[in-house]
Amino acid sequence: MEEVSGGILDMIGKLMTKSSRREKRRDVHLGDRIFYYSLKASAWTLVFVLLLMFGLILQMAWPAFQHFGWRFLVTNEWNSVTSEFGALALIYGTVVSSLIALVLAVPMSIGVALFLNELAPRWLSTPLGFFVEMLAAIPSIVYGLWGLFVLAPFLRTYVQPPLVDHLGFLRLFEGPPLGVGMMAAGVILAIMIMPTITAICREVFRAIPQSNREAALGLGATRWEMLKLAVLRSSQAGMLGATILGLGRALGETMAVTMVIGNNPDIKVSLMASAQTMASILANQYAEADSPLHLSALTAVGLALFLVSLTINGIARFVVWRVNRKYVRGH
Amino acid sequence: MPADNFEREKAIVNLQHEILNVDNLHAWFGDFHAVKGVSLAVQQGQVVALIGPSGCGKSTFIRCINRLHEEVPGARVQGRVTIGGQDIYGRGADPVRIRRYVGMVFQKPNPFPGLSIFENVAVGLKLGGISKRTVLDEQVERALRQAALWEEVKDKLRQPGTSLSGGQQQRLCIARALAVEPPVILMDEPTSALDPISTAKIEDLLHELKKSVTILIVTHNMQQASRVSDKTAFFLLGELIEYGETSQIFTNPARPKTEEYITGRFG
Amino acid sequence: MAVFRPAVGDRRRKFKSHLMMLVLMAAAVLGSLPFLFITWYVLQKGLGAVNWDFFTQIPKGPGETGGGVANAIIGSGVLIFLASLSGIPWGMGVGIYLSEYSTGRTARILRFAVDLLASVPSIVVGIFVYGLIVVPFGFSAYAGGIALMIIMIPVVARSTEEILRLIPAHIREAGLALGVPRWKVILRIIVPGSRAGILTGVMLAIARVAGETAPLLFTSFGNQFHARGLNQATASLPVQIYTFAKSGFEDWEQQAWAGALVLVLFVLFINLTTRLLMHQRGAKGHAG
Repeated sequence: MEEVSGGILDMIGKLMTKSSRREKRRDVHLGDRIFYYSLKASAWTLVFVLLLMFGLILQMAWPAFQHFGWRFLVTNEWNSVTSEFGALALIYGTVVSSLIALVLAVPMSIGVALFLNELAPRWLSTPLGFFVEMLAAIPSIVYGLWGLFVLAPFLRTYVQPPLVDHLGFLRLFEGPPLGVGMMAAGVILAIMIMPTITAICREVFRAIPQSNREAALGLGATRWEMLKLAVLRSSQAGMLGATILGLGRALGETMAVTMVIGNNPDIKVSLMASAQTMASILANQYAEADSPLHLSALTAVGLALFLVSLTINGIARFVVWRVNRKYVRGH
Repeated sequence: MPADNFEREKAIVNLQHEILNVDNLHAWFGDFHAVKGVSLAVQQGQVVALIGPSGCGKSTFIRCINRLHEEVPGARVQGRVTIGGQDIYGRGADPVRIRRYVGMVFQKPNPFPGLSIFENVAVGLKLGGISKRTVLDEQVERALRQAALWEEVKDKLRQPGTSLSGGQQQRLCIARALAVEPPVILMDEPTSALDPISTAKIEDLLHELKKSVTILIVTHNMQQASRVSDKTAFFLLGELIEYGETSQIFTNPARPKTEEYITGRFG
Repeated sequence: MAVFRPAVGDRRRKFKSHLMMLVLMAAAVLGSLPFLFITWYVLQKGLGAVNWDFFTQIPKGPGETGGGVANAIIGSGVLIFLASLSGIPWGMGVGIYLSEYSTGRTARILRFAVDLLASVPSIVVGIFVYGLIVVPFGFSAYAGGIALMIIMIPVVARSTEEILRLIPAHIREAGLALGVPRWKVILRIIVPGSRAGILTGVMLAIARVAGETAPLLFTSFGNQFHARGLNQATASLPVQIYTFAKSGFEDWEQQAWAGALVLVLFVLFINLTTRLLMHQRGAKGHAG
């Protein structure tokens, strides 16, 4: 008797397993299900918004692509009177101003991060760290205002004349010192992306086990050699990720650049000359576009900006993700 | 045959008081077979201690009894568990309702962060639909008294639950479970994170509680098992090796493995 | 002693090390200067133009002195309100979904999408809303609010997710073990338990969109007067600052600085209070 009932129960058990073998927990309560599906909808709607954004901007930019084709990306004539639009000068302005920003901000940020994390005592690292972090909180329009009325005159008076005098033969520094222009844009962008790069570098440095540092010092390394060996060398990928994220921020930055770059879509080698970036021309002309083609061309610039920033941030995420995975494995 | 009759009567009586019956329970985490065909019955008003070396499946076992095991991704259960005659893995069984009948106290004291002492105890009732202030006050006080915490916290019910000491937090968690008046309470090593004085307090509490609640308590501490429980179940590698009266298990175990464990030869 | 005699080149190595320490210190000092300079100039140039009129009057005509930015301050308030109205619950919903339900590949896709949305340049969001709302309906507070909302959602979502992830799984299990349905465990126990952290994220998101200019330029546009409805072009403080700054009129430039001062104080105030809040909670957590 017992044998039989045991067998039946076993069978029932097996049958029940089949129905209860679920990878995802499924809630039976109606409230739970409504809650779950509305949250799920809210999350996936976001993906939809992203796709819609791409689709709509592409549609608006289409006439310009049709009209100009590849010429749009390789010519630098931007003239709303003759309806000739080529984005090369804007791309150039964006790339160069972002590169200046990186050249200035990356070493600076790494230095700040090293000092705050590895050298400074707490009483010093707390306020200095705060000052750097707060740079990220200041609105871009305030940077623009400051850049226009403080930084640009400062560059015009104290920085650019000696550069022209002594390095003018380099072509990078030729022409009249205007203040506003590529250089001012690069400097203001450098200040704006510094908190981003510093924060990520500090996080990356913090993840390195203390024993690595002690091992280096134990080998007789000086402080600087220790930082090079134990800290910088093992965080190269993380610093690269930080740099790329900084680049992403610089490329899309609009207001501050608009106010200090001079807004002249022209390709000049000199860093003193005024220029124009993809983002700044949008701020400048979008609301006052003269013709449908002009508007479409501007939207095409926006689409390019959109795609570039998606790509850059995708790459940065990939790099950071790989770094994270390395640390997870290491532990 | 009078003797046979007597045995049968006794069995029926026992069955009537049987509150929990587990039959051939298996549990997995992914491919890991954590509980292997455990069967056991618990009578109302008893304290059952589950002992065994760590990783032997005793925690997993009790988590199957309130269907919390399935909260872990990849977890799976097979077998039959009845509480008060109701199959909790049966078709249409509602884990939310089952959990109202089976309270749980966890290894680490885990009062809800950000909620006051009062709210911590009241939250189960409140979210169960009781909103009358007087009822809540009354039930919270009852639960806190039952958990022997009332005197210590009655003047600071508005303070956060996390502000209490570890032992007090654990008694708060017991009060939280008691507030909804479950007939069964599961305790997963409730004193392993506590100091000896707090532990003694909670052990005293168990003696009081078993008048109204059936308790299954997982413990690493064999002295504790022998002090608090009526019955003891010894688990090893996911199997139930021996289950019987605590006095018998500790003085005269039937299986050699049990004896080895109890005398401290492994585990 | 002889054993410990410094090897050849040790002095150079030490000198180099000391030099680099100085360089790093200089970098840190230099790196903290911009914030001090910017706040100093904003204070110095802005304080002079902040007066009663600044907060209560609308702008005077170009070149005239006096007037204020009352319309822009109110406009900013309206835009932030509109953005928060849907942006906060939506962002929180996404954050809750990511932390409580979403595992494996779908979670990675969603998290990636949220990150990408957060990294879209705000001017591009402006273009999107221009095409979506402004082309059919014209410049309006609604359009500006939607643009800010799109910027707000990923910020709120990520901070909510991060905060909720700090709550260990056994707290959720304790809630479920009480026989409380999952949605109530999340909405009535887990979320209220982390309200301070979630509030911090929300406040920072508000601070972030309060200073946004680019996405408003061609959505809510601007208005030298009080807007007469939510379907009208609406002034906002950042756009007003921009307009004033490039006007070339000295009085307007003064007012641009005053506007920047208001903006900076607002943003710093939120950042400082949230920091203090988190710091206090952290300290308490250690004591408890």
